[in-house]
Amino acid sequence: MSIALLFEQALNGLQQGMMLFLLASGLTLTFGIMGIINLAHGATYMIGAYVAATVMASTELFLVSVGAGMLVAGIMGLILEFGILRRLYDRDHLDQVLATFGIILIANEGTKIIFGPQALFMAPPDYLNQAVPIGPDMTYPLYRISIILVGLLVVLFLRHLILHTKLGMLIRAGATHREMVAAMGVDIARVFTLVFGLGAMLAGLAGAMAAPLLAVQVGMGENILILTFVVIIIGGLGSVRGAFAGALLVGLVDTFGRAILPSLLMTILPPATAAGIGGSLSDIAIYLLMAVVLMIRPEGLFMVKGKR
Amino acid sequence: MKQFMMAATCAAMLAAGAAQADIKIGMITTLSGGGASLGVDIRDGFELAIKERGGKLGGVPISLSVVDDARKVENAKQAATRMIKKDKVDILTGIIWSNITMAVVPGVTREDVIYISPNSGPSAFAGARCDKNFFNVAWQNDNLHEAGGQYLTSQNVKRAYILAPNYPGGKDALAGFKRFYKGEIVGEIYTKLGQTDYAAELANLRAANPDAVYFFLPGGMGINFVKQYDQAGLKKDIDLYGPAFSFDEGILKAVGKAALGVYNTSQYTHDLDNDANRAFVASYMDAFGKRPSLYVSQGYEAALVIDAALKAVGGDISDKDAFRAALKNAKFDSVRGKFAFASNQFPIQDIYVRQVVEDGEGVTNKTIAKVFTDHANAFVADCKLGQ
Repeated sequence: MSIALLFEQALNGLQQGMMLFLLASGLTLTFGIMGIINLAHGATYMIGAYVAATVMASTELFLVSVGAGMLVAGIMGLILEFGILRRLYDRDHLDQVLATFGIILIANEGTKIIFGPQALFMAPPDYLNQAVPIGPDMTYPLYRISIILVGLLVVLFLRHLILHTKLGMLIRAGATHREMVAAMGVDIARVFTLVFGLGAMLAGLAGAMAAPLLAVQVGMGENILILTFVVIIIGGLGSVRGAFAGALLVGLVDTFGRAILPSLLMTILPPATAAGIGGSLSDIAIYLLMAVVLMIRPEGLFMVKGKR
Repeated sequence: MKQFMMAATCAAMLAAGAAQADIKIGMITTLSGGGASLGVDIRDGFELAIKERGGKLGGVPISLSVVDDARKVENAKQAATRMIKKDKVDILTGIIWSNITMAVVPGVTREDVIYISPNSGPSAFAGARCDKNFFNVAWQNDNLHEAGGQYLTSQNVKRAYILAPNYPGGKDALAGFKRFYKGEIVGEIYTKLGQTDYAAELANLRAANPDAVYFFLPGGMGINFVKQYDQAGLKKDIDLYGPAFSFDEGILKAVGKAALGVYNTSQYTHDLDNDANRAFVASYMDAFGKRPSLYVSQGYEAALVIDAALKAVGGDISDKDAFRAALKNAKFDSVRGKFAFASNQFPIQDIYVRQVVEDGEGVTNKTIAKVFTDHANAFVADCKLGQ
C-alpha cells in the first residue's frame, strides 16, 4: 500500500471521525451529564437530513438547507426534552430506553408518512461537488474536506463554550454537583434543556452534512447510533474531549480496518477465504478496540472527574 | 350460432362464478421501515392487476389481505400462521427478503398452501429443497448477477473489481457473477451490512485500477455507494455495473445524476417493446403518476400467473394437483415479452442490460442490450420436481 493511499485513507478516517463526533458530542453531554440514555438521538439526525434534503430540493441553497436541518432538529430536541424526557430523569435507565425507543418508532413511521418510503435525494452544491488535488496524482472529494472543516469548527466552538462561558461552567458544575448548583439558585432544568437542544442541533448538523453523501431514508439514524455509543463509551461518558478522541479513534480504526485487513490477510490466506475473514474482522475491529480500551480504562479514555 | 355459444359459455361461467366462494390470497410484505418501497411496489402491482380485472382473477372474485412484516421474520411467521390456520387462505405471496422467505415458506408449503414468490428466489428453494407448492415469478437470486458477469465478459472487460455486503445474499451474488465472468477479478470485497460510508473501499478500488466495478449493495447501501463513487470522481475512469436492485425507479430518484451512465442488469424495464408492457405502463402511470419499477412488474405478474391458472381450471381450485399444473403452465401476456416456468418452478426468461440516462421526465433506465435469452438458473438439475 503506497504512502499516498495511506494518506487518503487517513483523511477518510478523519472525515468519518468528524461525522461521528458531531453526533457523539451531543450524546455524551446528555448521557454523561444529564444521565439520560437517549436512543432517539439517531432520529434527530435523520430529521436533520430529511429537512435539509427537502429544503435543498425547493431552494437549491445549501447553507440554508443545513441551517434549516439544524434548526428543526434543535427544536425537536427541545420539544422532546420538555415534553417527554424531563419526566424520566429520575427513572430507571430501562424506562428511558423504552421511552426513547418508542420515539424512534414514532419518528420513523411519522417520517415515512410525511415523506414516503422512498429515500430522498440531495446532492452537494456544485461548488463543493468536485474532487480537488491534494498531492501529486491524487484527488479528494472537496465535500469530504468540508465535513472535516465543519467538524473542527464545532470542536473549537464546544471547547470555548464549555471552558470559557458561564453556560459551560454551569454544565460542568451541573454534571458533577447538581444539587449544589441548584441550591445556589441556578435553574438547572433550564440548563439541561439548553444542553439537550444543543446536542440535538449538532445531530441535525451531522444529518444535514451527511445527506449529500448518504441515502436519506427512514432508519438511517439507527445504523450510526450504535457507532456513536461505541465512541462515547471509548471516550468516557460525559467528556466532550473524550468524544472527540473516541470519534477519531473509531473513525481511523474502522477505516483502516476496512482498507488494510483484507489485503493483509490476502498475503497469508487464499483470496476467497481472506476476503470473507477480512470482511468479518474489519466488521468487529471497532468493538475489539472498545473491549481493549475498557479493559485498560473501564471508565473510558477521559473520565469525567467527580462523577457519582 | 357462434354468438349464442359465446353467450351460453359466458352464462355458464357466470353461474359457476356465482356458485364459488372468493379465492383468498394472503400477502405478507414489507410496508414499513427500511426497504418498505419494495413491498409497496409489489403490493401496488398486484392490486393493479386485480383492479384491472374488476376485482377478479381468472373470473373469480379475489379477497386479498395484505399484512406488513416490517422486514421482521417473526412478524411474517405470525402472519403466515394466522392466514393459513384462521383465514384459510388458498394462496400466499408477497415476501421480499430471502431470509424471511427461508424462514416462513417451508411452513406454508408443508400445509399444502401455494406460495407465489414475487421477489426473493433463494438457491435452496431452486435446487434440492424445491417444492411443488413454491413458485417464483421474479428470478432466482443469482440471475441478475449472472447477467452482469456475462455482460462484462461479452464486453471484453479484463479486470473487474467486485464488492457485496458480508452476508449470505452478498456471497451468492458474487458467486453468480463469477459463474459467468471469464476475466480476472482484481479485488473481491465484502463490506459491512448496512454500511454507510464507502470512502475506504473507494480509495482501495482506485488504487487497484480495474477496468470495471461490479457491485451488489441493496437498498440504501447502494445509494450511498453510487453517490460517493460519483463524488470521488471515479465514474469517468472506471465503468460501474450492478444489478437492477440498486437502480430501480425509486432509487434513481434518490441518487439522481450521480447514477447517470451506470450499467445495470434487469429482467424488466418500463421501455420493453411489447403490447402487454405498453398497456401495463400506461395503466400504472395513470394510477400512480410514475413509471413502474421492476418490483411493480413482479407484483403484477404474480397476479397474472394466478389469473391465467384460475382461468385454466375454470376457477375451481379444489383439485390442487390440477391447479398446480395450471400454474406451472400458466400462459399470459408477460410484460417481459415472454415467460415460462422451468421444471423447478423458477422463471425461464430473457435478461437485459440497461443504462441509466436522463430524459424529459428525469433520471431513468434505458434498455440497451439483451444479455441472456431464455435463461433459467443453475439449480434446475438439483430439483427433483417434474423429472
